Amino acid sequence: MLGALLIVFREVLEAGLIVGIVMAATRGVPERGRWVTIGIAGGVLGAAVVAIFAGAISEAFQGSGQELFNASVLGIAVVMLMWHNAWMARHGREIADEIRRVGAAVSEGSKPLTALAVVIGLAVLREGSEVVLFLYGIMAQGTSGSALLVGGILGIAAGAAFTALTYFGLLAIPSRHIFSVTTWLIALLAAGMAAQSVQFLNNAGVVEALGQTVWDTSWLLSEGSLVGRLLHILVGYTERPTEMQLLVYVAVLVVMYILMRIARPSPPRPMPAAAE
Amino acid sequence: MRKALLLIGLTGFLVIGPAVARADDYVLTIKDHRFTPTELKVPANKRVQITVVNDDPTPEEFESHEMKVEKVIPGKSKATVRIGPLKPGRYPFFGEFHEATAKGTVIAE
Repeated sequence: MLGALLIVFREVLEAGLIVGIVMAATRGVPERGRWVTIGIAGGVLGAAVVAIFAGAISEAFQGSGQELFNASVLGIAVVMLMWHNAWMARHGREIADEIRRVGAAVSEGSKPLTALAVVIGLAVLREGSEVVLFLYGIMAQGTSGSALLVGGILGIAAGAAFTALTYFGLLAIPSRHIFSVTTWLIALLAAGMAAQSVQFLNNAGVVEALGQTVWDTSWLLSEGSLVGRLLHILVGYTERPTEMQLLVYVAVLVVMYILMRIARPSPPRPMPAAAE
Repeated sequence: MRKALLLIGLTGFLVIGPAVARADDYVLTIKDHRFTPTELKVPANKRVQITVVNDDPTPEEFESHEMKVEKVIPGKSKATVRIGPLKPGRYPFFGEFHEATAKGTVIAE
């Protein structure tokens, strides 16, 4: 039972950290709860569908279907996170001011929420499909299944609790700073996802250039340890990054920074490109 | 602006080249949540293609941080895993869904 609990917890934790950060990043945006719910529900539904078609996905594209699927899911999430940060660079201050004044609701539009719901949905879908497959395997085994199933459900509950912890932990940050903190978190999250995405493309045999390992820090911090895993999700820690992964990681941070500069309002030098 | 963002994002990482099928074939079989063989020798400094056959009715996730792969293999099916080029050495892997029993090592030489 403990084994099942841990495996499910690990997967839910990954999605949960992302959900927690994204929720903290959109504190005060109206109708956020509804979009978060849509994202999670969509993700769970998608996870079930992906699990059902796991065999077909695996076999697609000469056996590289799963890698390409994962790479695309991560890739889309990165684009959405970039969009979100750019939007927040433009409107974040108004929202932060508004929260300080009124306490909660803001009148500013609901633009980043679709992006947000997509990010949440994709995170839940990716990790959730593994949970579904794993739990399905347990049930298919029959006999000792029920204890393992209880473990699995407890794992989901523990993961959800961790999500709440992440969220409320971030909320404890004074509202003056919360957007700069979450902006950084999201930038690093996106860079890590992009590095993961490009490794899936490498596994698929699509991007094989710059595939040499640059360094190995497994002696210092194993990716399999709890801290290693957390850092892997949060900032994309990889014990043996390839040249391509490093390149993509830095590129995403640079592109994100440039986009946020372009999107920023009341510029010292006006930029027509920032007009929507 | 939305379009511009998408465009920048996409060109950022969809650097798609042609898929090359030049890796050699090696086979690992999962049965009763164990891998056979438990040690698989592959050439170092080369792209290698491993076929993982899952003979169990339950799904398994083939995973290795050392080889930078993770792949779910549904029950009663097989999957292709591409790894390397690996420096000479030992590279452990495991089945994430049955970590206690499903363990093995790839030896690059």
